[in-house]
Amino acid sequence: MKLLRVKAIAKKELIQILRDPLSLAMAFLMPVMLLFIFGYAITLDVNNLKTVVYDRDRSSLSRGLVERFSASDYFTVIDHVSEPGAIDAYLDSGRAVLALSVPGDFSRNVLTGKQAEFQVIVDGSDSNTATIALGYVTAVTERYSRELPASTVVPLIETRVRAWYNAELESRNYIVPGLIAVIMAVIAALLTSLTIAREWERGTMEQLISTPVKTPELITGKLVPYFFIGFIDVALSVLMAVFIFSVPLRGSVLLLAALSSLFLFGGLSLGILISIAAKSQLVASQVAMVVTFLPAFLLSGFMYTIANMPPPLQAVTYFIPARYFVTILKGIFLKGSTLPFLVTESLLLAVFGLGVFFLANRKFKKRVA
Amino acid sequence: MLERIRQLVIKEFIQVLRDARMKAVVFVTPLLQLIMFGYAVTTDVTDITTALYDLDRSYESRELARQLEASGYFTIRYRPDSPGELAMLIERGKALAALQIDRGFGSDLKRGFPTEVQVIVDGTDSNTATVAMDYANRIIARYAQSFDTRAEVQQTAVPGRVDLRTRAWYNPDLRSRNYYVPGVIAIIIMLTGLLLTSMAVVREREIGTMEQLMVTPLRPIELMLGKTIPFAAIGFFDMALVTTVGVFWFSIPIQGSLLLLTGSTAIYLLSVLGFGLFISTVSKTQQQALMATFLFYLPAVLLSGFMFPIDNMPEIIQYATYLNPLRYFLVIIRGVFLKGIGPGILWPQMAALFTLGVVVIAFSSLRFKKRLG
Repeated sequence: MKLLRVKAIAKKELIQILRDPLSLAMAFLMPVMLLFIFGYAITLDVNNLKTVVYDRDRSSLSRGLVERFSASDYFTVIDHVSEPGAIDAYLDSGRAVLALSVPGDFSRNVLTGKQAEFQVIVDGSDSNTATIALGYVTAVTERYSRELPASTVVPLIETRVRAWYNAELESRNYIVPGLIAVIMAVIAALLTSLTIAREWERGTMEQLISTPVKTPELITGKLVPYFFIGFIDVALSVLMAVFIFSVPLRGSVLLLAALSSLFLFGGLSLGILISIAAKSQLVASQVAMVVTFLPAFLLSGFMYTIANMPPPLQAVTYFIPARYFVTILKGIFLKGSTLPFLVTESLLLAVFGLGVFFLANRKFKKRVA
Repeated sequence: MLERIRQLVIKEFIQVLRDARMKAVVFVTPLLQLIMFGYAVTTDVTDITTALYDLDRSYESRELARQLEASGYFTIRYRPDSPGELAMLIERGKALAALQIDRGFGSDLKRGFPTEVQVIVDGTDSNTATVAMDYANRIIARYAQSFDTRAEVQQTAVPGRVDLRTRAWYNPDLRSRNYYVPGVIAIIIMLTGLLLTSMAVVREREIGTMEQLMVTPLRPIELMLGKTIPFAAIGFFDMALVTTVGVFWFSIPIQGSLLLLTGSTAIYLLSVLGFGLFISTVSKTQQQALMATFLFYLPAVLLSGFMFPIDNMPEIIQYATYLNPLRYFLVIIRGVFLKGIGPGILWPQMAALFTLGVVVIAFSSLRFKKRLG
C-alpha cells in the first residue's frame, strides 16, 4: 500500500465531497438535527395518561379516589361520562387510554367495612404504556387504601429500592447515548454506501481501474475523508448530549473518542462493502438503510432488551456493530466504565471492522479482474 | 395520455425487475425485516437477570428469593459473596437487578417485627428499571402479607380495603408483539416507497436520461404518474406480503376489515410516494436524495407514535407530527388489527392522510414543472 496513492484518492474524494455542498451540509446537519429533535421529543416516561371517569357512586369518597388520580402527574382526567358505552367510544378512538369505573356501592362498602371494588380499564394495545400505567394505578390505589380511616397498618417488609447510575430514572439519560449509536450507525453507512456504486454507474470506474491504484489503497482513500466527517459528527453529538441534554459523561473522553473511531471504521467499511456489492446507487441506498437503521434501532439493545429475544435472533445481534457501540456509549456516559469493562465490545468492534474491510477488498478485486 | 403513461409504467417495471439485486430488495427485504423485527421487538420485561446477596440465609430469605423467581420475571443467576462483587455484577451489566437481604430478616419476620430488604436496579435502562422495581415491590409486598397476622385482622374487621380490578382491552395478554408488528409493517412500507420513488426520479437526472424523457411528448403530470404507479403497485404487493406474514406467522389478530386496510393503504401510499417525489424534486444527485430520505424517514418513524407516545412530546413537535403520514397510518393499521374499528372512527385519520398526499403531490408537480421548463 503506497501512502501517496491513498492520499491522492482521499484528495479526489474530498474534492468531490466539497463540490457537493448540499450533501456536505446534510452530513453535518443530520446528527445535530436528529439528536436535537429526538432528545427533546423522545421520552419513555409515561405521564399525562388520558383518563375518563365513570363514577356511579358520586360520593365524597369516590370523588376522593378520583381526586388522587388526577392529582398525580401520571393521569389527566379528560372527561366524566355517565354511561358505560361512552367508555368504549373514548378507548376505541384512542382519545383516552384509561377508564376508571366506580360502582354505585363503593362508598357504602368502604363505610361498612366490606371490600369496596372499583374497576380500571386500560387500552392494552400499547402493552408497554399499559403495563406501566397499571403499575401507577396500583400504587395510587394502595396509597389511597392505606389512608382510609382505621387502616393504618405499616407494611411488614419495607422495600428500599435504589436505581444505580440513573437515580432519577430519567429516560433521556439512556436514550440520548443510545440514539447517538443508532444515528451514527446509519450515517456512517450512508456516507460511503454510494461512493463505489456511483463510480460504476457514471462510468468513472473504468478510469480508476486504468490507474495503478490498488484495491486497499482505493478503499482506504475513500474511507479517510468520510472518517473525518463521521468523527466530527460524533463529536458534535457528544457535545450536544452533555451541554444541551445534560447527560452525565462520567467516563473518559479519550476512550470515547478511541472507541468511536473503531466503530466508525466498521460502519464506513460496511458502507463501502454495500457499495461494491450493489453496483447501482439505488440498490446500495436500499440496502444501506435496511441493514443499518432497523437493526441498529431494534437489535442493538437501544430500545429492546437483547436478553428477551429468541436465541437465533440474539445470535444475529452479535453481527450488529451498533450493539457494541450502544453498550460502550451507555457505559462511558452513565457508568463511567473504563477500558477493562469494555474490552469485549472493543475487540468485537475491531473484529467487525477488519472483517468488513477485508471482505470489501476481496469483493472488489474480483470486479476489477 | 393513458397510453403514454402506460408506456412509461412498463419501462419502469422493466427497469426495476431487470436488476436481480433490485428484485431482491423489493421482494425479499421487507419479509426479512418483518421476521427479524417481529421477533426482536418486545418490551415485555421477563427474565430479569438478578443477583441475590443473602446475608440472612434463613428459611424466610430463601423463600422470598424463591417467590421472586417463581413470578417468572426474575431469574437469579448470581449469588455474590460481598457487596463489592454485587456492585461489579451490576456495573458490568451482568445483573440488571439485585436483592440484598440483611441478617435478621427471617427472625424479625417470624416475630412479626417490621424489617426491610434492599432492591437495587440498573437504572441505565429506565424503562426496564421502572417495571422491574414495580414487580419486585409487588412480590415482596405479597410475601409480607402472607406473614402478616395483622393483615387478617385488617381484612375482616377494618374498613377501607379497596379492591382493584384491572382489565386490558384489545390486547388482554398485553403482548407487545401485537402492538409492534402492525407498526413495523407500516414502517417497512414507508421505507420501501420513499427510497424507490425519490432515488428513481433523481437517477434519471443524474445519469442524464431525464433529457431524453423531456424530449418525449410526456407532460409533467404524466411523467409523475408513470413514475409513481409502478412503485404504488410494488408498495401494495409488499403490503399484502408482510400483512400475510404478520397474520399467519406472528398470529397477530386482525379484528377489522381487510377492505378498509386495503383502502387506507392506498391513501397511505399516495402520501408516502408524494413525499418521495418531493424529495426527488429537491435533490440533484442520488446521494442527496438518499440523505434527504433519511432525514425525513428517521424523524417520521420516531415521531409517529410507533413507540414513543406523541402526547408526551413537547407541544411544537406534536404539531409537527401532523405532517407525518406514518402518524395517521399507525392509528389506522393498529385500529384495524387490534381494535377492529371502522371508518366511522378512523375517518379523521383517513381524511388527513388523503389531504396530505394530495397537497404534497400537487406541490411536487409544481416544482417538477419548473425544473423541466
